[in-house]
Amino acid sequence: MTEELTDQLRKVFVEALELPAEVDVENLKYRDIEQWDSLGHMTLVGAIEDEFGVQFDTEQVIDMSSFKVALDMLRGTSVDG
Amino acid sequence: MADGTPGNLAGRVVVVTGGTRGIGRATSDLLAQAGAVVVVTGRDEVRVKTVAAELSEANGVPVTGVAFDVADFDAVGAAFKAIAAQHGRIDGLVANAGILDDALIGMIRPGLVERLLATNVAGTIATVQAAARVMMRKGSGSIVVLASIVGENGGVGQTAYAASKAAVATVARSAAKELGPRGIRVNAVAPGLIDTEMIAHLPKTLVEERITDTALRRLGDPADVARVIRFLISDEARFVTGQVLGVDGGLVL
Repeated sequence: MTEELTDQLRKVFVEALELPAEVDVENLKYRDIEQWDSLGHMTLVGAIEDEFGVQFDTEQVIDMSSFKVALDMLRGTSVDG
Repeated sequence: MADGTPGNLAGRVVVVTGGTRGIGRATSDLLAQAGAVVVVTGRDEVRVKTVAAELSEANGVPVTGVAFDVADFDAVGAAFKAIAAQHGRIDGLVANAGILDDALIGMIRPGLVERLLATNVAGTIATVQAAARVMMRKGSGSIVVLASIVGENGGVGQTAYAASKAAVATVARSAAKELGPRGIRVNAVAPGLIDTEMIAHLPKTLVEERITDTALRRLGDPADVARVIRFLISDEARFVTGQVLGVDGGLVL
């Protein structure tokens, strides 16, 4: 289940940020790459919320500083069952 | 909206903050008449529910009410989450909630400034942010915020209020730049002297003086402002963003 969630989130990151294949998504951090700037961040947040049917608080949106943090946030919302 | 006319907002979900009185209520009414699914908000839960029921019955469309204080950032976020969850989308926001409190220089208490800024400025920013987050998902939306003619020109006894409304106009200009690439338009209306409860405290002589200073020689009606807001919310204004539109009958301060 955890692996499924990771795969699903990776896919959202790739699509929302239009990432090239060589990007190490799971170790990605905010502003590591050009695509994940503040505007890209809001697109990414919206895509994650849509995909997983969740809505993050403003503090969570601001704190979502890496793929790993995003994954932890989703686990915290019981997406991982 | 199927045909792009302001008379047809069928299915559009539009949130009107401060929607139970004055300009907010008139706007909610006009939007509901145009077929929009209107969500009226205000601080008083009983009043919000009552007005929502009245507008729903009068217009034959669902109008719902949600009670919260726009000055409470967390409450705004929670309310918009709930609205988005219920309706699945937000197409329009009329950030109308605001307070008026006059004081001459020399008699302005810090609490007055804080209250005005918390509701008129922070409250507007909080609602714009919360609505925009939902609108971004669809890549479209229209936001109208309520500035004021005194925010542009100033007014005696209104140093703090005018400052707050000037700030609201800049919220529209900045948000329009940021949200435009995401398909979201943001505009402001700047009403002149409108015949609502908010001006009930003004001396009669001052009101008469203001009418004389108004080219159209009358006070504005809340519906005069509401019609312009409906236009800005609609696709009729699809290429209009970042504007502060005076709705003041030609009032010169």
